[in-house]
Amino acid sequence: MTDLLEHQGKHLFREAGIAVPRGELVGSPGDAATAAERLGGRVVCKAQVPAGKRGKAGAVQLVTSPAEAHDVAARLLGSEVGGHRVESLLVEEAVAIAAEFYAAILNDPVSKGPLVLLSADGGMDIEEVSATRPERLHKLAVDIGAGLEPGDALALTRRSALPAEAVDPVAAALTRLYHVYRDTDASLVEVNPLVLTEAGDVVAIDAKVSVDTAATPRQQQTLDALPGVLPAEPGTELEREAARLGLQFIELDGDVGVLANGAGLTMTTLDAVNHFGGRPANFLEIGGDAYTKAIPALRLVLSNPNVRSLLVNFCGAFARTDVMTEGVLNAIDELRPDIPIAFSIHGTGEREAIALVRERLGVTPHEAMDDAVRAAISAARERQEVAS
Amino acid sequence: MIITGEDGVLVQGITGRQGRFWTERMQACGTKMVAGVSPGRGGQRVHDVPVYDSVTEAAVAHDIAASVLFVPPLRARAAVVDAVEAGIGKVVCLAEHIPSHDVMAMLAAARAAGTRVLGPNTAGLVVPGETSVGIMPGFAANIFAKGTVGVVSRSGSLGTLVSMDLVTAGYGQSAFIGIGGDPILGTTTREAIDTLLGHAGTEAIVVVGEIGGAMEEDAAELIAASRVPTVAFIAGRTAPPHRRMGHAGAIVTAGAGSGESKVAALRAAGATVVDIPSQIGPALASLGVKPTAYEPA
Repeated sequence: MTDLLEHQGKHLFREAGIAVPRGELVGSPGDAATAAERLGGRVVCKAQVPAGKRGKAGAVQLVTSPAEAHDVAARLLGSEVGGHRVESLLVEEAVAIAAEFYAAILNDPVSKGPLVLLSADGGMDIEEVSATRPERLHKLAVDIGAGLEPGDALALTRRSALPAEAVDPVAAALTRLYHVYRDTDASLVEVNPLVLTEAGDVVAIDAKVSVDTAATPRQQQTLDALPGVLPAEPGTELEREAARLGLQFIELDGDVGVLANGAGLTMTTLDAVNHFGGRPANFLEIGGDAYTKAIPALRLVLSNPNVRSLLVNFCGAFARTDVMTEGVLNAIDELRPDIPIAFSIHGTGEREAIALVRERLGVTPHEAMDDAVRAAISAARERQEVAS
Repeated sequence: MIITGEDGVLVQGITGRQGRFWTERMQACGTKMVAGVSPGRGGQRVHDVPVYDSVTEAAVAHDIAASVLFVPPLRARAAVVDAVEAGIGKVVCLAEHIPSHDVMAMLAAARAAGTRVLGPNTAGLVVPGETSVGIMPGFAANIFAKGTVGVVSRSGSLGTLVSMDLVTAGYGQSAFIGIGGDPILGTTTREAIDTLLGHAGTEAIVVVGEIGGAMEEDAAELIAASRVPTVAFIAGRTAPPHRRMGHAGAIVTAGAGSGESKVAALRAAGATVVDIPSQIGPALASLGVKPTAYEPA
């Protein structure tokens, strides 16, 4: 999922005809002051990071003068909000708000289609509204073939207990939000709050747009045309490096390094390490086509200085264990890790794979996965005792 | 859905490397492979299966009950719609990384026409001794054997491990239904269990779930009402929150999709939830499910 920054979401909103406050993207306190001056002095400075609950984190500040905007910008720029470094601020004119609503469109696994959400209770935590006052959150399942029909958007808006003057403009905003959702392959378009101003306009005060990574090949042009820089994928430097290599790698805080194939089996391997009292050092899936990347994969696992043993757990179906095992053995030859390795190899190609491990490492893979897990845990523990 | 040995099966994308390789494997499992499709390759044969330029042509020439797709993710939507428009009743969609909007569109088209879809991002379906449609090792006698345990799995690799553990413990499978690792699926956990409950050979159910979404919770009610012995394993219970664990659907966000929620719902429904896969066989035994005599598929 690519979570766009607020100002990028608003760029898409504006192009789709959804009203957003006048604003400028700035990268320095001086520019923040100039923008505040141009926008009339009373502005909101908003840190551009792909994190929720920015208000609570103090990353959204109302100021009343260019000098104050300068000070707030100096404080926010370069700081960390929700684990992200603030590189830019959106400086927007402050809007006089009469009422706040919540609107969203998302992919719904239950109806297996788009779902529109609308609530007259905007500006607050929507999970809380959903949990405590579910009757205030109105839903509409959309036929993706037909799209969101204006008549259906109006009917949803009418039953959502909005102020009368907001009904028509909110319905219009919903159909436009649907166009953004559809045209960007979004998995989520969320506006919290969507407001009715004292002047009677409906304006999107926030914008959250998440684009489906699987659709990146056909959304590249849209993404490239966005202002500013796309936020970095979440994760550590090493995890991002792995992603560039096409490997799913997540660093954990244990000492048993894990190499497994397939998402389900890899998760299960971590669960089993925890179950038997050990601590996994990573999630790393090398199934599918990734077995050809055994050398960089093993390098990633070993780059963690806490790793004291390695657990290789393969269960071949589509992926052949002999091919995956040969890749790992080549990687071991190349990198010569100085840690004990426990193997569990089952399924397609297991006989050849087990013979390869015996021949090249003089080690016999464990017959049961649980035994391999236990062996890796106790090896890590012994190493720790030796070290301490 | 179940695909039986009587069902004629079409392979869309049969002339590609994977299509060729798995056509032979599926045949070896007893699957009735009747035709293949590959635009521009009509008239060829792959492992003696006739190839057509379009699904429509194949459907005119053969009685096709099901189609399995070996097509790249960005072409999957059109391929599913081709199968739906040709009136094929069951579609197995293997590809991972299909954009979700395409998934929703192809499922809507299938629903309107009454076509059942398995997947996307599934390893397929196995009825030991009868059929294997997809990329599961239905041919491996230490993994699949005829029996009475119906398995529903979101994962192919883990589904393979669990199936092998079952055979090792003396249990064969009535059917293995791989539903897929995507967040939006043609067949949900609940729908797959519903199929197994209506399947004459199934006497017990094993649910292989994982974190993310609410499919296991949604299935709980059906499990409670069925009174069929059910054992469940949920992968990823020790995974860190807010991280996508390999599968697009395997992520815990804002308290939703957690392992604890699934375990609690399944236990409340009367299922035995185990902590590691090797406990599944013993759990079935303690529910009184009789091991099947070992009978290689």
